[in-house]
Amino acid sequence: MIDAVGNPQSLLLLGGTSDIALAIAEKYAKERPLRIVLAARKTERAEQAAERLRATGSDVSIVEFDAKDTDSHPAVLEQCFAGGDIDITVVAFGLLGDAEELWQDHAKAVELAQVNYTGAVSVGVALAAQLKRQGHGKVIALSSVAGERVRRSNFMYGSTKAGFDGLYLGLGEALRSHDVRVTVVRPGHVHSKMTEGMAAAPLAQTPEQVAEIAVDGARKGKDLVWAPGKFRFVMSALRHVPRPIFRKLPI
Amino acid sequence: MSSPSPEIHTERRTLTGWGRTAPSAANVLRTRDIDTIARAVTEADSRGVIARGLGRSYGDPAQNAGGLVVDMTVLNEIHEIDPDSGQVDVDAGVSLDQLMRAALPYGLWVPVLPGTRQVTIGGAIANDIHGKNHHSAGSFGNHVLSMELLTADGKVRTLTPDGPEADLFWATVAGIGLTGIMLRARIQMKKVETAYFLVDSDRTANLDETLELFSSASDADYEYSACSFDSISTGAKLGRAAITRGSLAKLDELPTKFRAEPLKFDAPQLLTLPDVFPNGLGNKLSFGLISEAYYRMTKPGGRNQVQNLTQFYHVLDLLGEWNRAYGSKGFLQYQFSAPLDAHDAIRRIITKIAHSGHYSAVNVLKRMGAGNRAPLSYPHPGWMICLDFPIKNGLSRLCQELDEEVLAIGGRLYTAKDSRTSAATFHQMYPRAKEFRKIRESVDPDGVFASDMSRRLEL
Repeated sequence: MIDAVGNPQSLLLLGGTSDIALAIAEKYAKERPLRIVLAARKTERAEQAAERLRATGSDVSIVEFDAKDTDSHPAVLEQCFAGGDIDITVVAFGLLGDAEELWQDHAKAVELAQVNYTGAVSVGVALAAQLKRQGHGKVIALSSVAGERVRRSNFMYGSTKAGFDGLYLGLGEALRSHDVRVTVVRPGHVHSKMTEGMAAAPLAQTPEQVAEIAVDGARKGKDLVWAPGKFRFVMSALRHVPRPIFRKLPI
Repeated sequence: MSSPSPEIHTERRTLTGWGRTAPSAANVLRTRDIDTIARAVTEADSRGVIARGLGRSYGDPAQNAGGLVVDMTVLNEIHEIDPDSGQVDVDAGVSLDQLMRAALPYGLWVPVLPGTRQVTIGGAIANDIHGKNHHSAGSFGNHVLSMELLTADGKVRTLTPDGPEADLFWATVAGIGLTGIMLRARIQMKKVETAYFLVDSDRTANLDETLELFSSASDADYEYSACSFDSISTGAKLGRAAITRGSLAKLDELPTKFRAEPLKFDAPQLLTLPDVFPNGLGNKLSFGLISEAYYRMTKPGGRNQVQNLTQFYHVLDLLGEWNRAYGSKGFLQYQFSAPLDAHDAIRRIITKIAHSGHYSAVNVLKRMGAGNRAPLSYPHPGWMICLDFPIKNGLSRLCQELDEEVLAIGGRLYTAKDSRTSAATFHQMYPRAKEFRKIRESVDPDGVFASDMSRRLEL
């Protein structure tokens, strides 16, 4: 159960090797060690992630999860909730890919959509069923500023995040009457393994900074937070820029 | 073959405790029909069942996320009041206010009253509540002669404090609803001649004086005693208190003007607060003023003042839903206990609070008497101290630090108030929780009775 001052007892990381998800888990565990379920593909990296979280004194288990294998998702979620209630779920799986390659490579484009959007729908519905039954809980859904106004420079990724963002905001509305709150987090550029080798964009953040904002937003029961907060104003300006001008902007 | 039983009608509702924190959704069953309640218990799914009274516990003991919550307030019949023996036979959903109004004309007084009369008999037993007379009367469970408990097997058992199932009786006292659903109880009331208190009031200048006054022999001269202390002023004024102590008056002790109607019980609710208060009203300035005003309103050296229950005891019952004044973020009560000789630790704790940036206007300190047999009962000989804090950033950390102090001196927290401690801390504070769990497992092996609190504290 989440207590009166917002401390959870258990955490589920869907996409459990994501740098931001791990930073979020560490942030919660610093207040009080918890029971953590790490849902990820069975890889060396998942084991390393589990070890990293065990260092906080938390009890960590791994459940095998493949975002593309949508048929398995209801059973996977069932397994994640088998050990007891899940107070906070972090939805953090996704692919970034090479923007120029993606829109010209059919197989890669479909895979991106399958992981980032179809996978998110599949997990979202299975997760909602568990949370509805449970009658409480919080979800932190990692979206992106890229989905707010989709840009030419990474529109394949951006379009999947646009769908993801709308989906989780909507789930948040649908689950309100079951005392489940969804906080959608829209980070800008984050220095992580996902963006390794890319040039840093303005307002770039570390995973720890994003985690700070995500945890604070969830604690306060916010529907939507930006990381950093300034992005809210930057993006609401960009949203209204006429397309002929938008096209010429170096973004 | 029996005909298929009709579907049990429930309503999905969001529930919180009095502190209005950590809401969860449950299916609420509201019926006077005991057979229906029994069927709901035996047919419950894995999310389980918990009984709920008037929801005055601050935290989560009467919430059951995703499961069934049985609203007991409709099961509220007073079956018998026997003026000769002083015994009453009441449904678990009867409130102390209702019982008081019904029994007082017969000269019978509710033996243990907490800070509000808006609690049910079931809740009073399940939390083993205490009042300002703990040092002279003990806690509520001490006055229960028998009770009817609906257990997980769907059967109703009659339990007595010394009968064949005494273990289950005492596990149900302070058992926060986890042994079953209490349906009905027989209570030994106290015989009184009047409904007025003769009250002495004093003021102390600092914490040392406050603790000293309660430690002196004079405390035993009063049936009721407690104080409101200052947790905002730092330095020399830290822990200064307005102390009121009194006993129920005998008829011949009352001034003549009260003798015409000695059992008059006038306890109005003046207004119900609307749910419009913003967060952050409770700050150093506002709480400091309330604290100062209360201190100044208490007459130093006042003796034999005639006060009714509202004046002496239940000032906050004048306001309905006063918890709304804390805003939508809600608040928590930190109530802890400390052994008698823990003066230094108490000073350290109150100093820490005064410098923490978290402020409390309603602070009570009392010297407690002997505890009882119930494994999860809160009171033990020593000090009881409580403070109300509005929820804001940093409160979690402060409370965790206070937990460590309380654990170190062998103190504990109170289930009726706690909304945030960890299972590990709770079990260290209540070593007899193991004993409780064993009794509970013997009567409810599948864990049918469950609450948000039982999940949080792993009970």
